[in-house]
Amino acid sequence: MEHIVIIGNGISGITAARHIRKLSDKRITIISDETDYFFSRTALMYVYMGHMRWKDIEPYEPHFWQQNNIDLLRARVTDVHPDSKKLTLSDGSSFSYDTLILATGSVTNTFGWPGLDLEGVQGLVTKQDLEELEKHAPDAEACPRAVIVGGGLIGVELAEMLRTREIEVTFLVREGAFWNNVLPDREAGMISRHIQSHHVDLRLNTNLKEILGDEKGRVCGVLTEDGEEISCKLVGITTGVRPNIQFLQNSPVHTDKGILVNRFLETGIPGIYAIGDCAQQREPIGDRPAVEAVWYTGRIMGETVARTICGQRTPYSPGNWFNSAKFFDIEYQTYGWVSSKRKRREHEAHFHWIHPDDDKCITIAYHVDTKLFLGINTFGIRMRHQVIDRWLTEGKDLPYVVTHLKDANFDPEFYDQYENEILSAYNAEFKTQLKPAKKNWHRIFFNTK
Amino acid sequence: MDTKDQSMSLAGQPPKALGTGQKFATTLGLSGLLILLLAVFNVDFPNKVLWLSVSLAAISAGIIWFSVQAYTGKHPGIKNDGVWFKSISGRGLWAWMLGIVLTGFYVILYFYPQFLGLRQGEDNTGIIALFDPLSRLLSGNPASQWFVYGTLYTIAILAFGVKFILKYRHNRYEKLRTYSVMFFQTGFAFLIPEFMARLNGDLPYYDLKNIWPLNYYMFEQYRVNAFIDAGNIGLAMLIFGVLSIFVITPVLTYKYGKRWYCSWVCGCGGLAETAGDPFRHLSDKRMVAWKIERWVVHSVVVFVTLMTTAVIYSYLGNDSSKYWLTRDVFLIGVGVLLTLVFGWAMIFRRNQLKKDAQYGAIGYFIIIIALIGFHYLSGNGQVFLFSSGTLRKTYAFLIGSIFSGVIGTGFYPIFGNRVWCRFGCPMAAILGFQQRLFSRFRITTNGGQCISCGNCSTYCEMGIDVRAYAQKGENIVRSSCVGCGICSAVCPRGVLKLENGPLEGRINSREVLLGNDVDLMDLVNKQ
Repeated sequence: MEHIVIIGNGISGITAARHIRKLSDKRITIISDETDYFFSRTALMYVYMGHMRWKDIEPYEPHFWQQNNIDLLRARVTDVHPDSKKLTLSDGSSFSYDTLILATGSVTNTFGWPGLDLEGVQGLVTKQDLEELEKHAPDAEACPRAVIVGGGLIGVELAEMLRTREIEVTFLVREGAFWNNVLPDREAGMISRHIQSHHVDLRLNTNLKEILGDEKGRVCGVLTEDGEEISCKLVGITTGVRPNIQFLQNSPVHTDKGILVNRFLETGIPGIYAIGDCAQQREPIGDRPAVEAVWYTGRIMGETVARTICGQRTPYSPGNWFNSAKFFDIEYQTYGWVSSKRKRREHEAHFHWIHPDDDKCITIAYHVDTKLFLGINTFGIRMRHQVIDRWLTEGKDLPYVVTHLKDANFDPEFYDQYENEILSAYNAEFKTQLKPAKKNWHRIFFNTK
Repeated sequence: MDTKDQSMSLAGQPPKALGTGQKFATTLGLSGLLILLLAVFNVDFPNKVLWLSVSLAAISAGIIWFSVQAYTGKHPGIKNDGVWFKSISGRGLWAWMLGIVLTGFYVILYFYPQFLGLRQGEDNTGIIALFDPLSRLLSGNPASQWFVYGTLYTIAILAFGVKFILKYRHNRYEKLRTYSVMFFQTGFAFLIPEFMARLNGDLPYYDLKNIWPLNYYMFEQYRVNAFIDAGNIGLAMLIFGVLSIFVITPVLTYKYGKRWYCSWVCGCGGLAETAGDPFRHLSDKRMVAWKIERWVVHSVVVFVTLMTTAVIYSYLGNDSSKYWLTRDVFLIGVGVLLTLVFGWAMIFRRNQLKKDAQYGAIGYFIIIIALIGFHYLSGNGQVFLFSSGTLRKTYAFLIGSIFSGVIGTGFYPIFGNRVWCRFGCPMAAILGFQQRLFSRFRITTNGGQCISCGNCSTYCEMGIDVRAYAQKGENIVRSSCVGCGICSAVCPRGVLKLENGPLEGRINSREVLLGNDVDLMDLVNKQ
C-alpha cells in the first residue's frame, strides 16, 4: 500500500492527512519533532494568557488519530533522499516513503542583529517558543520589561500576552504606524492608538541596532539605532517568519525563499509535494505573495494536495483573499485587497469610515474609474464571509456594497449597527442620495431576491 | 496530555492575586455570610430585621464592589486572563473547598432542614427564623427553608448578574439576557408567588415560568385540587401550565431556539449564567461526555413522563359518566400524543436523526409499553409494579434533589455550571429535541474564518465541541445549545453568530472547501 509521509503536523499537514484519509485508505505517517499532537498555532497566546490549557488548543482528541488510522511519529527529519525515497532522522535512522508532503511551516525571521543568541531572545512560532517564554517571562517580578521588535501580527499578540502578566512592554516598530506596510494609514493609526491605550510603550520609526547581554549570556537590554538603551529581560523577535527549509539544503529539492512548487503544489521531483508556509509558488497567483504564511491558505493547500494524491490532480486555486486578526480588543477582518499606502495601485481608491469612539472603522477599496468593489477591511465590526465573497466574485460596485452592508453584518444580535451612518458618510462624500437596503435572508443565504 | 500541561508555568506564576479593593470587597461579602452562619448556629439576633438587612446588603455589596474592582478599570472586551491559573476557577484547592461547602449546603437544605431551624408547628429557630420578618412582609407567613433558599438564590442571580453585565459590558446580547433572567427570577420565581399566597391563600406556590417537566410536581393531585378549589384564577393558572408546555414553548422554541427559556427565563439557567459563569470552561468536551449526556438526559425524560403519567393516572377515576377524563382516556391520550410526535419526527426528520433515531425509538417504545402496562397491571393504588407515590418520591429524590441541587449546583467549581441543564434537565431535553429538528435557530459559522483556536469549545458551558463544527465551516445545530452566546463573544475572529434564519439550509452538513474558489467548491459538493 502506498505510504504517504507528511513532514509537519501543523494545519497544512494535518488537513492533507485528514483529506487523504477521507478519500483513500493509503498508509499515512505524520512526522513532527515539535509536539505529539496537532495544535492550533494561532492559539499559542491563549495558553500563556490562561484562557486555555494546552489540551484545549488541540482540535482533536488523542484517540482521533488511531481511529482514523493516521500514524504519528515524533522525530526530526534532517535530510531527504528522493532517489532512494528515504528520509534521514536526527537519530541517524532512515525512514521510507512512497509519497512525501513537505509541510514544515515557518521559523522566526531575523535580521542578523548582534546578540540574537543571548538567553531571553526569542520568537513566538513554536511550542518550544512558548516554553521559553514561560521560562524568561513568567511574571513581572522575573521580567519587569520586555522589548518586542517588529510591528506585525505576532508582535501585537506577544504584547497582549505579556501585558496580561503585567510585564511592561516596549514595542519597536520600524514604520510610522503599526503594520502600515499592510494596513492603510488611518487604520494603522487607529490600531496604534489602541495598542498604546493598553499601556504598551509603542516606539514608531524605531529600529533595533543591537541586543545587549550580561556576563551570564542573558539578555539585559537593547540598543536602538537612535542610540537609546532600553533595559529588559526578554526580547521578542517578531519581524515576520520565513519558510522552514534548512533540512533540505543537501537535497535536490529546489528552493528559493521557500520550497518551489507549481500550481499543483509539486516540487518537480515526482512524489514530493510542498504545502503551507514552507511552499513558494514559482509563479505567484494574482496579487497573492509567492509565499503565503497564513492559516487559511495552509488549509486550502492541504485539501488541494490531498485530492491530487488521491488521483484527481487539482491545481491550487484559492478563491478571494481573506484573513483576520485581533489587536487586543479590536477584531479585524479583510476580504479581497485593500492596500496600504505603499502598495496602493493607481486605480485603487478607498472609502473610509471611522466611529467617533476610535475603536471601529471600515475601509472599502474600489476601482477609481469603474467603481468595482475590490476589497474591504473592517475593524470592530464582523462581516459575513459568504456575502462579501459573493460580492467580490460577482463584481459588485461600490454603491451596491455601501447600500447592502446590512446583508453582510455578522455582529451578534442587538449590537449597535452602523450601516446607516456609513451610508450617510458615503452620501456626504460622494454627493449621492443612496438609500440603505433592508437585510434580506434570501439574498444572504440563497442569493435570490 | 497529562496534567503538567495544565499550567505551563515553570519558574513563576502570573499575577492573579486580588487587589486591595477586591480584598475589602471579599471581606464585606464574607462578613454578610458570617451573620447567616451565626444564625445557623442559633445566635439569637435581637433585631432580626436589622441583622438580616445588614447581612443581605453586605453580601450583595461585596459581590458588586468586587466586580467593579475587577472590570471597570479595564477596556471592555473578553476577560478570561488567568482563568485556568486561578485556584477557584482552575479546579484548585479553593474550588474543591467551595464545592464541598455548596454540596453540604444542599444536603442540609433538602434532607435536614431542621438544622437550619425549621420547626413543625412551632416558631422557627436559627437562620430560618432570621428570615421570618421578610417572609411575613411578603406573604404573611413564617419563612421556610425554601424561602431562605429562594432569597439567597435571587440575591445570587442579582449580584452576580451585575458582575456578569460588567464583565460583558461590550456585548448587548449578554447584557439583555442577563437583565431578563434577573427580572424573571426576582418577579416570577420570588415575589409573585409570595404575593399570590398573600392574596389567595388557597393557591399552591406557583412560579409561572417553571414549566413541566422541569416543574415535575406541576400535575400532582394536591396541586391540581388546590388550583381547582381556588376558583377561576386557579383554573386559569392550571390551564396556563398546560398551555406552557404544549403551545407557548413550541412556538417560542421554533422562533428563537431553546435559548428563549434556558438563558433568558429559566431560574436554573439564571444561576448558572451569573453565579456559575466563572466555571463555564470546566464542562467536559470529550466525545464520551456527549455520549453519556445523551443517554442520561433522555432517560430522565422517559422517567419524568412515566412518573407524571402514573401520578395523574392514580388520581383519575374510571367512570366516564362522572368526568370525561378517565384513566383510559388519559392513557390513550398520552399514547396518541407521543405517537404523533414520534411519527412526525420519523417521517419528516428521519435524515437528520441518523443514529439518534434508534435511541428515540427505544425511548418511545419504553413509554408505550409502560402505558399498556399501566392499563393491565394497575389496581389498588398500584400503578404498574410500583405505587405512583414511590415513583414520584424516587424521582423527587434522585432527580429533583440530588441531581439538580447537590450535583448540579454543588459541583459548579468542579464540573462546570450547567451539569444539571446538560445531563439532567428533562425540560432542556424536550426543548432541545425541538431545537434540533424544528426551529429557526442556529449558530452560523462564518465561511472559512475559523482558526481552530478552541476558545468557543473551552467556554461552552454545555460541553459542545463548537470548534469541531466551526473549523469545517458547518453551522452548529445542537439540541443541547442553550444559546448563551459566549462562543460568539470569545471568538477572536468573528466566526460565530447566533441567529434565527430560514429553516432551509440550516444544517449544512456537507464539507465545503474553505476558501477555495467557487468552481472547485461546486465540484466537491456535487460528489
